This record gives sequence, C-alpha cells and structure tokens, in this order.
Amino acid sequence: MIHDQARYTHDETKREPLLSEKDQTTVEIDDDDDGPLPADLTRDSVTLPSLSEPEIARHYTRLSQMNWSIESGPYPLGSCTMKYNPKFTEDVAADPNAAIHPDRAAETVQGNLELRYRLQEYLGTIGGMDAVTLQPPAGAAGEFTGILIAKAYHEHHGNDRSEVIIPASAHGTNFATASMAGYDVVELPPGDDGRVDLEALEAAVSEDTAALMLTNPNTIGLFERDIVEIAEMVHDAGGLLYYDGANLNALLGRARPGDMGFDIMHYNVHKTFATPHGGGGPGAGPVGVVSELESYLPTPQVKQTDSGTYEEFEPERSIGKVHGFTGNWLVLIKTYAYIARLGDEGLLDASAKAVLNANYLASQLDLEIPYGPFHHEFAATSGDRDAADVAKRMLDFGVHPPTTKWPEMVPEAMLTEPTEIETKRSLDSLAEAFNRAYADTDEAIESAPSRTAATRIDQASAARNPRLSWHALEPDE
Amino acid sequence: MTAHIPDGSPFAPHTTADTKSMLEALEVDTEADLFDIPADVAFDGELGIDAQSERAVRTELAEMFSQNDSLTEFMGRGHYSTYVPSIVDHLADRAEFITSYTQYQPEITQGFLQALFEYQSMLVELTGLPVANCSMYDAATALAEATLLAGRVRSTTGDTVLVPETLRAGKRAVLENYVDGSGMQIETYGMDDGNADLDSLRAIAGEETAAVYAENPTVRGTIEESLSAIADVAHDNEGLFVLGTDLLALSLLSEPASVGADVVVGEADVLGLPTSNGMGLGIFATKETFLRQVPGRLVGASEDADDRRAYTLTLQTREQHIRKERATSNICTNQAWVALRAAIHAAWLGPEGLVSLAEDSVRNAQSLAAEIDEITGYKAPVHDRHHFREFVVHTEQPAAAIAGELASEGFAVHVVGEHELQVCITDVNESAADELVAAFEEVAA
Ligand SMILES: Cc1ncc(COP(=O)(O)O)c(C=O)c1O
Repeated sequence: MIHDQARYTHDETKREPLLSEKDQTTVEIDDDDDGPLPADLTRDSVTLPSLSEPEIARHYTRLSQMNWSIESGPYPLGSCTMKYNPKFTEDVAADPNAAIHPDRAAETVQGNLELRYRLQEYLGTIGGMDAVTLQPPAGAAGEFTGILIAKAYHEHHGNDRSEVIIPASAHGTNFATASMAGYDVVELPPGDDGRVDLEALEAAVSEDTAALMLTNPNTIGLFERDIVEIAEMVHDAGGLLYYDGANLNALLGRARPGDMGFDIMHYNVHKTFATPHGGGGPGAGPVGVVSELESYLPTPQVKQTDSGTYEEFEPERSIGKVHGFTGNWLVLIKTYAYIARLGDEGLLDASAKAVLNANYLASQLDLEIPYGPFHHEFAATSGDRDAADVAKRMLDFGVHPPTTKWPEMVPEAMLTEPTEIETKRSLDSLAEAFNRAYADTDEAIESAPSRTAATRIDQASAARNPRLSWHALEPDE
Repeated sequence: MTAHIPDGSPFAPHTTADTKSMLEALEVDTEADLFDIPADVAFDGELGIDAQSERAVRTELAEMFSQNDSLTEFMGRGHYSTYVPSIVDHLADRAEFITSYTQYQPEITQGFLQALFEYQSMLVELTGLPVANCSMYDAATALAEATLLAGRVRSTTGDTVLVPETLRAGKRAVLENYVDGSGMQIETYGMDDGNADLDSLRAIAGEETAAVYAENPTVRGTIEESLSAIADVAHDNEGLFVLGTDLLALSLLSEPASVGADVVVGEADVLGLPTSNGMGLGIFATKETFLRQVPGRLVGASEDADDRRAYTLTLQTREQHIRKERATSNICTNQAWVALRAAIHAAWLGPEGLVSLAEDSVRNAQSLAAEIDEITGYKAPVHDRHHFREFVVHTEQPAAAIAGELASEGFAVHVVGEHELQVCITDVNESAADELVAAFEEVAA
C-alpha cells in the first residue's frame, strides 16, 4: 500500500522550491520626498518573493500534498487525540458577525459574550468544575494558569509552599510549567502497576506541597484507581490537586475530574473537542476550578445578569492575565459547536468508541503491551527494536506512527491513540502496518522510510549546523 | 447503508456490526466493560447538553452572533484588521494543513515544515535578525518570554525589565505573571509626547537592568524616534533591547537589527487573520548568540538519506518534551496555522504590497487625524509625531460619551482617557473614513 499523500516524487526537478528560489525582489523605500516618512525612521529596502496569485496557489497546494493529516489517514499519535475535525465548525467560526475587536464595549458584543458564557458553563458541567476561564491559548498555558491559581491561593492563606509533585510519566509541559511558576519539581516514580505509587506519594507530600499535577487516565491510558486516596493525601497536607486534561476523551460523560477530588483542571479542546491542531496550533486550554478557587480566575470572566444580558467582570482575587486579550477565540467557537453537535449521547459515545478502538487495535498487535487495563490509548513496546525505527518503517505502510519513546516507564514505547474516528477496517490496516514494521529486518527499519516525501532526515546535521531561514542556505543547498 | 449507531457521535464511524465484532474480539458485552473506573468516582448523571443537527448548531450560533451590534470598527491597540485575501482561507483551510499536528515525523510533513521555514525566513528578512521561531501565542506572551530569556542569558546580570508606562494593561498583566516565578522585576519609564522619554528611561536604568522594552509603533500609534538611543541605554547597562512591533510596521519602519534590537516580539497576525477577538500570533526573533535560549519551535534545513534538502524541527533539546523543568519555555502547541496564514498573506502581497500597505498606514492615519482635527471639539493627533495606522484624539466632551454617540452612528473606537479616544485606520475600514469624520462632526454638534 503506497500512499500518494505526503509523498513527492524522487524526480529532483519536481521538488518544490522555496518561495525565495522562485523570486527575490528588492523594493527600495522611498526617501523623504516621495515617501510618507523621513529616511531616519524607515528601513532602506525589503527583499522578498514577488509572485502572482496562481504561483502562490500552486506553491501551497504542492506543499499541502507533502503533508500528512487526519484526513490523509490514521494519525494515532498517543496523547494528542487526533480526531476528525468537523468541517462545519470552520464555517461557524468564520461568521463575520463574530469577528469583533476585543476592546469593544460589552453592550455591543452580547452575542460573543453569550457564547463565552455558555461555553464556560458547558465545560464546567463536563469536568464537574464550578467555574471556567477560556483565556489560556493552549494546554500548557492552561497548566500555567492553574498553577498560578494554586500559588495565589496558598499565598492568600499565608502559606509559602515551594514544591509541585509530578509523576515521572507526565508530559514535559507539566514540569516546565511548574518551574516557570517558580516551583521546585518533585518527581514521583511510577508504581509497579504503572500508576501512582501511594507510598512514594506519601513520601513526597509535605507541607511544602503546593500541588500534585496528574492526568487520569494517565499517560499510558490507565485509570488512577486510587484517585480518592490520592486526593485525600494531597488535601490533608494542604496541597491542591491539578488535572491535566489531555486525556479527558477517555472519560467524557463517564467520570469527571471534579468528582474525583481535583481542584483545578485544564481542558485541551484541540484534543477532546476536535478543534483542528493546525500543524502545531492554535489550540486552547480553558481552566476549570472548584468554587473555592473561583475568585482567583484570570480576568475577565463572563457572567449573566438578572436581566439576561452578559457582562465581563474581574474576579476578586484574580491572578490577572495569561493572554494579551481573551485567548484563541476562533478555537473556542469551534469547541462550542462540537459540544453542541454531540450533546450527552455523542460525548458518551465518543469516549465509548475511543476506548473500544484502542482496545481492539491493541488486541490485533504482535507487540507486547506491558500495562493495562488501558482506556483510549496504550503504550506498546517494541522490545529490543528501536521504537523510532519501527515508527519510520510504519510511514512506508501509509499510516502516521504513534508517539515513540515516551513515556519512559515503558521501554521503547509506542504510545498509540487511534481515537473514536477510525473504522474497524482502518484499525485492521493500522495493526497490519504495526505488525509488518515490527517484524521487518533491522536493515529495513533502519533505512526506512523510502516511500515518503523525504527519506530519513538527518536530525544531527540540522542541530549541528542550524540553517533556520533561506538566508542561511548555501546557494547550491 | 449500514448507518453508524443512532444517537452516537456523528464522527464515530462504527456500524452496529463492526461494533459487535470488535466487542466479540475483546470478549466483552459492551464498551462499558472496557472501562476501569471505580464506582465511587463514576459519573452516572446527565450533562444535560442536547445533541443537535449540524444545521441547528449553525442556526443557533448564527443567531447568537447576530446579537453583536454591527459596528464599523476603527480599532487597533494591538489587535489589527488588514484585508485578508480569499486565497488565505482557501489554502490554509486545506485539510492537509489544518488537520495535521506538530511535525514529529518530518518525512511526511515536509509541506508544513517548509511553509514554517518560509515564515521564519520572512521574519528574518524583516527584522534583520538571523533567528526567528515559528510562533508564540501572542505579542504579550512573546514579550514575557523575551524578558525571561533576558533573565537567563549569561551576558546580562540584571533582573529587571523596563517597560513604557503606556504598555497595554493586558500585556503588562501577562508579563507580571510570567516573571513572577523567575524573581524578575518590572519597572516603568515615562513617555514624552507619545514616545519613550529617554531621561526617564536613563534615570531608572542601571546594573539591575536585564532588558529594556520599547514599541515601534507605540500603542498610541506614534512612530518611535529614538530606537538606537534606547538600545544604547539597554546595552550600556548590559541589558537586552527588546523591541515590540508587527509584521506590517516591520515592512517600512527602521529595521530592528540596524537599531540594536536583541529580541523582536510583537504580533504577526496583522497579516493572515481577520479581527478575531484578540487571537494572535506572537513574533519571536533574536540573535544567533541566544539561539539555544529561544522558546518554542524552530524549523531548520537538513538533508535526507538521499542527500536532498529536507526540513525538520530542530534544536529540540531547548524544549519541554526533552528538557522538562529546565526547558526554555513550557510552550508546546503554538500558533502554527496562524503563521501559515500570515506567510501566505505576506507572499500574496509581496514586497511591493507590504511596503505600500505600510506606507498607506502612515498616510491614512495622518489624513484622517487632520480631518478630525478640523472639527471643533477635537484635537488630533494628540501627539506631535508621525503615526502608523492609529492616533489619539483629544475630545472636549467626555470621551466615553462621544464613543457612545459614535456607536449609535455605527462606529466603534477606543476610549483611552477621560478626554481621549483612539482611532485606527486600515485598508479594511478606510472606505468608511469619510462617514466616520461625518459622524465625529455630527456628535460634536
Ligand atoms: C499529557 C499532556 N499534557 C499536556 C499537554 C500540553 O498541551 P498543549 O500542547 O495544548 O500545550 C499535552 C500535549 O501535547 C499532553 O499530551
């Protein structure tokens, strides 16, 4: 099975040149007489490609043909929840009536405020949280918001706490967030069953604990069965419990972080609520909190008045802001549209089929899966084969491979999350790609891929000799 | 046709027969048997959200957004609207772009990588600095990240960033949160007729200075005239000069590298993105020396196994997924698709289009201000400076009242002081400029 998408021909002449290789035009800036500004306030010239619209259309269309996407085929990137992005949400977000400047007076933007208010409410219900901010522009920004809220809460109560506890298997953003907020990270080793080890947690928790950051199901898809005890231990020590919402797709309609004892959570809407990942972003990372923390939320929040109109307000002890304005608005509209389309039944079915798909796919694999029972994702191990090499070979079989070599508690991990959008047939072909790549010769996997736009790319060379713009390329390069 | 299960997710494609055979393969009766959620934390209530047809959701949202008053906006102050040609939507909305993610497998994501490499290259050209990342969330977080970079690098010893007193409150609030954990401080210098007051800046600069931040154009629309002198204040105190700007202003105003900028931040979404309630695209460009301190993703050129040029994310040891708590930033998901849009728009304009749009930003602001100035009751621009795209108007009557009356005439402007409005003109609203002037006149009378 050779896929044409994401592939380009080996014919050198068909390689898509850079815009700068198609044209470079220098425009001199007019001096005082003709230009609107004195020369000492302007640059001398600008040198950029000058191309016609048809040339630009072909350029980007060609580039798009060298790009794998959810609509090209399976994209089971573990932890990233690569769901189909419903088309209609793009049209809804493009409504010109919603294209409003953020500084407009509240009484003139009631429609936008209503959407924000209702999305705050929807998300609160889904997560079991009492109040929600929509401002954080991604999951990591949501974590940062949440940890700042925890910090403000402790400071308000006269508690100087210095540590955030994070399981070793957590996402890199958790660690980076805690340290950006000024905390020392206490790393929690995993228990033998792949979950939080209560004894290790007991040893880690202290009066220095500001928060424990946890995702549930965890990053290998296991539900933290002891979550109630975990919450108690952290709360007894005066700490707060933070929920990393990356894996919420597994729980939609079935369990809510708020009911498990979490105090703060972020929602990763580009995962759970199917807003497009956009080649790396934008996403959004709304944050929910329990009522005790509501007054610390970023400003502004939206509320409904007694007369039914909507207003912005600054929560009493607000941490301030985490985005210059009110976040990634277009993404928030798409989030709302997706939730409204699915409703209770749809959300419940999404988690059912996501978990069914992961379990079914796993059952068809020849690779060992050390930990279970898992939910929407699982970490298979490629054993004595290099997971990154096996993944590169999978590219030749027309699928996007899973996340590799993470989390580290599974050696040579292949973290796989097919999501609910795959059919049985597509899961069967995905399983075949896994099994064939896994069974292939060392030589085959080490030299893979060969049927893709580029063959194996030299990472070391890119880092050793950074060429980060077309200005940095040699003429013959 | 064997439809997928009724009442389920319309985006889960399972036929009843497939679901059955998959459950059989797993030897369970229902999907619920696959979940390992203890009963005491399971949720068996209802969320109370009614599923709706696609058409119903579209109608609901169209009705909701029609509740917004339809006003012609003359607004800016950090969020701008430039006419976005149709080609941007059509190309950027191609599923291959918009439904992909971070390029963890570069061999099958060459297209997006090349587009981001080209975006970085445009920023390199416009800033004159050799390193530009492929996006930050917005200008506010980019400024905050630049400040943290200034605090980290070895060439600075200070811990204080100096910012203008006119810094947008939202930006300042973000900066405060980002520096909070680093132990860095923020101090404010004064402004003189819209631009940086060098005496005030020099008076607070010192060995604690890690960075000096200035904007060009300033938030009040003036074009800064002492960039090199500001850079000197930063450098004389072993601090970095961080310059805030935007993609269009860069096309005309002094090249940042030539006036001593060490880091350039700001908004790139002036191109590619229509007014979006503040959604942004943060610029981050800097010098080679600070390459390994840069936050966010960088696309670099390399070679593939057949020795052909290929692109890949590079220098990832700076990033959170490798370096964890010692990463340069926690950013992961960024604004890549907005960067793609800005690049397509910039390519469509070309250097001629960029420069002429930027020149219009100066000319149109000047002539609109002059027309408003002629009306009794207003003085515009308040600052005796060159302006880019926007300017402040002094009003004899209270500004809020005037803004309210302008709104009833169909126009939205900023209220920035008790007797100050701010007006921004771009190619999107310029055709309504005469009507705006008439409305100003009407309201004054
Ligand atoms: C488990 C987990 N936590 C946090 C994040 C960070 O989210 P974002 O990329 O939206 O900042 C991710 C996503 O990549 C993740 O997988």
